[in-house]
Amino acid sequence: MMQEDLPKKKDSRRSFLKKFGLVSAGFVAGSAAIFSAFNFEKGKERSGKKTKLLTQDNKLVEVDTLSMEFIEKSPLDTNQEQGREGLKGKKWVMVVDLSKCKNARKCISACQHAHHLQPYQYHMNTLQMQDSEKTAFYNIPKSCQHCDNPPCVSVCPVDATFKRQDGPVLIDNERCIGCRFCMAACPYSARIFQWFEPKDAEADKNLAYNVELNVPQKKGTISKCLFSADRLREDKLPYCVSACPNGVYYFGDENEDAVTNGTTKETARLSELLKNNAGYQLMEELGTKPRVYYLPPKNRTAPFTPSVDEIESSTV
Amino acid sequence: MTTQNNTAFDKLFQDLTFHIRLNKAFHIWMAILTVSLFACLYAYYIQLSTGLGVTGMRDYVTWGIYISNFVFFVATSLIGMLLSAVLGMIGIKWITPITRIAEIIAVAFAAVAGLVIVSDMGRPDRLANVFICGRFQSPILWDVTVVTVYFLISLLLLYIPMIPDLAICIGKLNNRPGWLKKAYEIISLNWKDSPEQNAIIKKCVRVLLLLVIPTALSIHTVTSWLFAVNSRAGWDSTIFGPYFVSGAFVAGCAAVIILMFFFVKNYKLQDYITEKHFSNMGKLFVLMALIYLYFNINEFLVPGYKLKRADAVHLNDLFAGENAGLFWAIQLGGLIIPIILMLFRKMRKATPLMFIAIAVLVGSWLKRYIIVVPTMEHPFLPMQHVPMNFKTYTPTLIELAITAASFIMVIMIITVLSKLFPVIPIKEVAQEKGLLDENSSN
Repeated sequence: MMQEDLPKKKDSRRSFLKKFGLVSAGFVAGSAAIFSAFNFEKGKERSGKKTKLLTQDNKLVEVDTLSMEFIEKSPLDTNQEQGREGLKGKKWVMVVDLSKCKNARKCISACQHAHHLQPYQYHMNTLQMQDSEKTAFYNIPKSCQHCDNPPCVSVCPVDATFKRQDGPVLIDNERCIGCRFCMAACPYSARIFQWFEPKDAEADKNLAYNVELNVPQKKGTISKCLFSADRLREDKLPYCVSACPNGVYYFGDENEDAVTNGTTKETARLSELLKNNAGYQLMEELGTKPRVYYLPPKNRTAPFTPSVDEIESSTV
Repeated sequence: MTTQNNTAFDKLFQDLTFHIRLNKAFHIWMAILTVSLFACLYAYYIQLSTGLGVTGMRDYVTWGIYISNFVFFVATSLIGMLLSAVLGMIGIKWITPITRIAEIIAVAFAAVAGLVIVSDMGRPDRLANVFICGRFQSPILWDVTVVTVYFLISLLLLYIPMIPDLAICIGKLNNRPGWLKKAYEIISLNWKDSPEQNAIIKKCVRVLLLLVIPTALSIHTVTSWLFAVNSRAGWDSTIFGPYFVSGAFVAGCAAVIILMFFFVKNYKLQDYITEKHFSNMGKLFVLMALIYLYFNINEFLVPGYKLKRADAVHLNDLFAGENAGLFWAIQLGGLIIPIILMLFRKMRKATPLMFIAIAVLVGSWLKRYIIVVPTMEHPFLPMQHVPMNFKTYTPTLIELAITAASFIMVIMIITVLSKLFPVIPIKEVAQEKGLLDENSSN
């Protein structure tokens, strides 16, 4: 008796589930149809007034005013979006002529001023280097090399530091978790960390964060040279390049094969400049593919003078 | 079961559960630990509010004792895998009474390792970003994944073989607080010691033991890659994976021996963890130390032979420079002398072995410091125009306190586990002594 009952019971459950499934599928389909029809009708509403608009790819279109939607974006969102996208069609590149550097350190102060850094925090630093015992000392301005194969970007766990299509390696300190893996990975010691509350933290409190300037700086995150991405957006040369009094820096677009000297404003052909002066890259044997080139310190315009500043004897 | 067996089992049970009591000493001990922990957590509060600048780290030495301590914790936790899984699966019998001790160490150190790494973060409030915007290319992501998995497997390997023991305790453990019995009832999952249940547990444990081997190898290999993926001298090594894993077993053996010694003396377990166990652990210890020594020779001799420019600076610093004292103290006192001593049978007795283990464990901690810090003290490009304290690294009091907090937490976990649960597997030991049949009910 029981055994006969059992399959029957099962059957009725199965058929109930079947019916229930059919009914609910029908309900979903029906309401979807009604909803889309409603939207379609709503879309037909017109005011008759038209507005002329330019699309992103420069086409003039006419749109009914009723179907226009205004996109409200916070300044932060705008900055983040354009900051990650970069400037299409460009490939920024820097050339540093070591024969002209007199260690004026104007690049450094301009940079620190722009990025709200302490006097001991460097996106750009000039070092006194000697390659081997018998060779001469020389000054070398050293910033982030904006590598095309950046070790810092590889190791970042959260995509806070990223390689942009137009060349610069940027850091998003809205996302950085402060693990400092990128600092360990960088062979050029190009990165700094905000160990304390940053300079101007109070004054910058209400600024919308600009990833292309990395201001406001944030405690517990990384800061680094950005190739002055904010200036590039305005078609200007980077802060350090414009500030140099000695014609050390050339900056420009590799795609155009043209670089401009920040001091003299003369434009040179990148390939010729590198070829004629035996341009090289810093520690290129590591495979980092830097976007900063150096011209050797040959026929220097000023004798080398060793420099030590009071920062070296301070403690922070 | 004969009556004789019954009384023998009763004695074994009493001996192995003697330590499960929340006596006055336990409360005082936990109070001391709690107060010290809060003192140390205050240091972390200062770090959170002021910034990581309260540590000795700066823009060149960006990783300090937090990271080396993290490596040490991950390393020490690996012993669970070596003892339970590797030795257990090849059928080595003498490890039965100490497998749970190894798992306790694995669980305690792996759990706290996760917290240690958070203490090193500049923005711990953004920890979730690792999951929200995680990039698969970064070794940190691999590390987070495998450390979590290893912790969970170790927890299961501690818990599942303990279920039958807890069921035994429910019936036999008297004069203990009622809530303890209740807790046992809940977590022993209605264990009836039926053949089906035993078969399930056997299968479970076997699968877990199989899984824990690759997981444990991964956690320490990946941890070593946090360094080896960078091109800096001292980290730019292809043998960092096995070098770290072999070093981990050395640290883990030392930790197990210290805990064995402590349990034997305090919990009166000398009839179950005998001189034979210490001697065997000593042999395992010396084998692991020899393997580690072999990797050390590779790690230092090969670059020392070539002396590439950056490597030469690094090795000079370790062999004859600023860090030479520490380096040689670790290599001699924490590795070579212990190896020589342990080759003698007399030194593998409990007490001398415990002292050797302490020396090795301290050496293991300092070795991680020597792996992490000196490399960062000499980057490729000169350190110029920066404050004095950017060029060298000395841990601050706050850093030391936060690091101490991690050790206090490990000790707290071990204390609580060993005061609430049998630290020696009752059922397995009884079976080995022939006091319980393979599938009998008690």
